[in-house]
Amino acid sequence: MGLDIRWPIGLMFTLIGILLTGFGATKASASTSLDININLIWGVVLLIFGVLMLVGAVTGRTKNPPSA
Amino acid sequence: MQLIQLQWIDYTILIAYVAFVIGIGWTLARYMKTSSDFLTSARSIPTWVTGLAFISANLGALELVGMAASGAKYGIATAHFYWVGAIPAMIFLAVFMMPFYYGSKARSVPEYLNMRFDGRVRCLNSIAFAVMTIFASGISMNALAKLLSQLLGWNYDLALWICSGVVLLYVLKGGLTSAIYTEVLQFFMIVLGFAPVVYLGMKDVGGWHHMTEKLQAVAQNPAALDLKAAGTHYAANAWTSAWQPLLAGSSNNPMGVDIFAMVFGLGFVLSFGYWCTNFLVVQRAMAAKNMTAARNTPLVAAVPKMLFPFLVIVPGMIAVALTAMPDKNYRIPPPVISQAAYTKAVDVVKNAGTSSPDSVVTAVSTALGKKVNAAKIGALLTENAGGKLGDAELEKGVYNAVAEYDYDGVILSLVKKYCPPGLLGLALTALLASFMSGMAGNVTAFNTVWTYDLYQAYLMPGKSDSHYFWTGKLTTVAGILLSIGAAYFASLYANAMDVIQLVFSFVNAPLFATFLLGMFWARTTGTGAFIGLFGGIGASAIVHGLTVAEGKGGWLGQKLFEFPSTMAQNFWLAAIAFIVCFTLTLVISLLTQRTKSDVDLKGLVYSLTPKIKADNLPFFQRPGVIGVILLICCVIMNLIFW
Repeated sequence: MGLDIRWPIGLMFTLIGILLTGFGATKASASTSLDININLIWGVVLLIFGVLMLVGAVTGRTKNPPSA
Repeated sequence: MQLIQLQWIDYTILIAYVAFVIGIGWTLARYMKTSSDFLTSARSIPTWVTGLAFISANLGALELVGMAASGAKYGIATAHFYWVGAIPAMIFLAVFMMPFYYGSKARSVPEYLNMRFDGRVRCLNSIAFAVMTIFASGISMNALAKLLSQLLGWNYDLALWICSGVVLLYVLKGGLTSAIYTEVLQFFMIVLGFAPVVYLGMKDVGGWHHMTEKLQAVAQNPAALDLKAAGTHYAANAWTSAWQPLLAGSSNNPMGVDIFAMVFGLGFVLSFGYWCTNFLVVQRAMAAKNMTAARNTPLVAAVPKMLFPFLVIVPGMIAVALTAMPDKNYRIPPPVISQAAYTKAVDVVKNAGTSSPDSVVTAVSTALGKKVNAAKIGALLTENAGGKLGDAELEKGVYNAVAEYDYDGVILSLVKKYCPPGLLGLALTALLASFMSGMAGNVTAFNTVWTYDLYQAYLMPGKSDSHYFWTGKLTTVAGILLSIGAAYFASLYANAMDVIQLVFSFVNAPLFATFLLGMFWARTTGTGAFIGLFGGIGASAIVHGLTVAEGKGGWLGQKLFEFPSTMAQNFWLAAIAFIVCFTLTLVISLLTQRTKSDVDLKGLVYSLTPKIKADNLPFFQRPGVIGVILLICCVIMNLIFW
């Protein structure tokens, strides 16, 4: 309905992914749990997910050009 | 002892989420032109969105918290709520019932009832639903505000009003579509927020197989962990097998349920009653683009639903296994006890001197107001001989010795244990998202039912669409305010709340019988349906009044029967209500005149509706085929955890 939900989902998870990856990379000691840098790893996963959503949103737009 | 400290990254994630949901609402505002846009999304939403919203509307925070709690209490048998309860009901809704809901062009479930029967049934259903949904919303918000105040130290009132304010902002602007879109966002938040917690928990417990071994040991002597009364013993597979303990009878499984109550009461009556008639979820399917999309919505939803036990139930099982592993430094959290009580208890231990250990145990128990584990207090006393331990260590020792459990605290305790800052913010935001989404879903459902089924139908019919559009907006505000009121009521009168929820369960239990007969038997009359519903509600109440379970019920004086657990009582109540409603509706329908002819009922009853031709769809896209495949997958799941 006028807004492809993939945009906000993609944007939000890309943003959170960047935040977590950054935090995990720079503050590795604070980011570990059970000897895994979970912030870094999960941050990357979220980033990939967000980007995939955005790709979906962009291809959706080119397939169905928005009506006025 | 309980407070969590959030860091800047956690707050950033939270603020980002809030900004995005409000942004979604504001972006959608310009597309909201008619009451239909605002209240029913004007049938424009793609299938994957309605499908995920369908499942998400049901996956509130109470479900997340509750399923982890049940996973700890009952083990993998909790999955029955999903694999016996939900999935078959969702498939039935998709294949057999959506054609009537969607094809009738009804804007709500009560409206369908009006078309099929008459105004009386519609009135009963819409009033009951409106009241129930506001209370559900209030319960959700109360739980959220309490959580935030207990966990993060936020002020209860502030938390309640601010969170409600956020929901108001996006629902007021974007209506049902906002609610649906944010539900999809919430779905991903929950999956992506909690998956790492489950993974870490599983890693800590040593893998599935190791967890199973621990649970088998617990099952054979649950009293060792104070999980059940002393002397209770179950077979080794009580926590790890879904069916065998059930087949062995109600005294042989921790749920205290027998196979009939489980399959008929939960699996058929309660589940079909919820998934097939509750407007909160059906509304999402009704918002789909076309008939095929509407029928596929519950099927799309069934796929994640089938896999959710691993996300929501397994944490509970992990928690029990961890509690049985002393070196993991974890226990299922005790009920919330004030700091003052802990200080008193610590003083008792400090001043124990030469008192006998038993008297110390009693004194500690009195100070805390909870049962304590005598052996652990004894060990604490020995460790503290000569005043060796500091206050903090004594408090920890007392905490570990409390022999009562707050199962609802399980999921949060795992989040606290495994999430570093960052991931913590994600998991907490996911929890917050699901609470707020619960309120949004309930308010939008309330909105549609109030505006169309009560206001337009009885109070102010025949006005312009613009009038109802603005009624919808106003009702959003009213709905939120009423929910806040219900939240305060829930926080102040917990016992009254239990009564109210009990009444709702009486009202819900017979519903499915009415729908089943209405949709599949043209002879069902309005009078039959109306009386049948009342009969079913009454039967529920009477049986509850005459039987007891865990000290509840039996308020009609005579105690005719004692159920092994409240769950068993609920399932049996549902079964009886269904049978009574079904029989009454059938008999009274045969005794009364039909008010609607076959022509009136075309598109509303199975035998009078042309079969939907799905031949133009490729074989594997037909709802019937997908339904069968999903059912087979569901059976396989049941067999794997037999």
